[in-house]
Amino acid sequence: MTDISRADICVVAIAECFRGDGEIVANPIGTIPMIGGRLARASFEPELMMTDGEAALIANDEAFRWPNGKVVEYYNPYRSMFDVVWRGRRHVIMGATQIDPFGNQNFAAIGPDYAKPKTQLLGFRGAPGNTVNNATSYWIPNHSPKVFVEKVDVVTGVGWDRAAAAGRGATEFFDLRLVVTNLAVLDFSGPDHRMALRSVHPGVSVEEVVAATGFELVVPADVPTSRQPTEEELRLITEVIDPDDLRHTEIP
Amino acid sequence: MTDKRISEEGVVAQLESGMTIGIGGWGSRRKPMSIIRAIARSGLRDLTVVSFAGPDLGVLCATGKVRRAVYPFVSLDSIPLEPHVRAARQAGLIEDEPWDEGMFLLGLQAAAWRVPFLPTRVGLGSDLPRLNPRLSSVRSPFDDDLELVAVPAFELDAAICHLNRADLRGNACFLGPDLYFDDLMLSAARSRRFISVERVVPTAALVEEAGTELRLRVNRMMVDGVVERPGGAHFTSCVPDYERDEAFQRSYAAAAKTPEAWAEFRASWIDVSEDDYQHKIGQRQVGERASL
Repeated sequence: MTDISRADICVVAIAECFRGDGEIVANPIGTIPMIGGRLARASFEPELMMTDGEAALIANDEAFRWPNGKVVEYYNPYRSMFDVVWRGRRHVIMGATQIDPFGNQNFAAIGPDYAKPKTQLLGFRGAPGNTVNNATSYWIPNHSPKVFVEKVDVVTGVGWDRAAAAGRGATEFFDLRLVVTNLAVLDFSGPDHRMALRSVHPGVSVEEVVAATGFELVVPADVPTSRQPTEEELRLITEVIDPDDLRHTEIP
Repeated sequence: MTDKRISEEGVVAQLESGMTIGIGGWGSRRKPMSIIRAIARSGLRDLTVVSFAGPDLGVLCATGKVRRAVYPFVSLDSIPLEPHVRAARQAGLIEDEPWDEGMFLLGLQAAAWRVPFLPTRVGLGSDLPRLNPRLSSVRSPFDDDLELVAVPAFELDAAICHLNRADLRGNACFLGPDLYFDDLMLSAARSRRFISVERVVPTAALVEEAGTELRLRVNRMMVDGVVERPGGAHFTSCVPDYERDEAFQRSYAAAAKTPEAWAEFRASWIDVSEDDYQHKIGQRQVGERASL
């Protein structure tokens, strides 16, 4: 059996985010998320639908290359994507430049003054709409106190506390689930949906994760280790989904 | 039959400083760059730019045309962050009106349908209501009594899009994977609605060019002027006519590093006529092919 890398563990952790989702659009954004989503569909979650990153939902197993062409199962331009999102038939995995203990996310701008930010980033993108309409998880490849902060500078994606404060319009379909990082998997099972440690990746200690988190993390008495890929999953990852080894460009 | 053909300068002549201008395309895809360059060369200023933004907003920021940016994101796609917009934002040079990208669709749709607002959940709980003073809230008049965000109609003074083909009356089609929101952008303006296209063809040839009538998504009621400009979206992508010019985009992005670099880029690629620009691009691409 091939050596299992941290990237492989992350791919499996991402795949696990989609377990039980059934016939919805799995929309993992980024390299490892895309590979993880494809792995879920190619193994235990076969009903998932996935995009090609452009305007089609495609049925192929491969994540990035389609050597035998794309198998398109639906034409899905951006306008149709909002129909999917606002109907709630989607689970998105977004990135975050900052995330706080209740899962409020920021990737718009860094700094105390939004009118003149220290660092201008992407903008709000679809984060406000995603988080109050469909299932949301996050992928953070650089778990550090700069990302995991007590308070985000701008709330783009909505967290548990802000959703509750905004009322029923925000909470009815609110479904913020998991945060997968290069070190661990986190969920919101703490008091008042505070972020909690769900598992640490093999070779990572609980202390390491706590030190890399800039706020008080809820740590259960027993923290399990994130699971390894099965042999069949490893074959799918290395031979079918990511033969170009792009996952190791993100997590070496 | 009205021939709506017009030049980039003809478009600029109908615009005024202080106007709110919607720009079609998405990120660094199918942007009406030849008209953007003409605006950048003009005396126009204090524009409010409404866009799923990419280098359209970047060029206009870098040339000092923008008072206010109204956008859900700004990206060059293959280069995630737009360096010229970042520079303008971080220097506090432009006003910033943030939107969610789906909410943006509702603002355009409300204007197109002539209703003052459309309701949505989008924005609830986020910082959009705090940072975007145009958003308001609305309570459902029905039994659910739900409190929602009211997205106001975008009132555009002008709209500018780039399509693949059009006839001289303004019927147009997209040939790439996605129309984006170009039809709504053009429908959200009452007048001054301009498209640039790769090629003007006879009306009878539109369906054949598009392969199907399903791609004929812009009609002449939505268009006041047609600019025929092959390469008009360069350096953004305009598939299947051409892909994004990644090498050129990289040099555009690198020009944000110093004022000197920008001055040089501007002199070479903006403060030149569009004919000269296209000629130089052609030569550059021949040179790149030769060096392969």
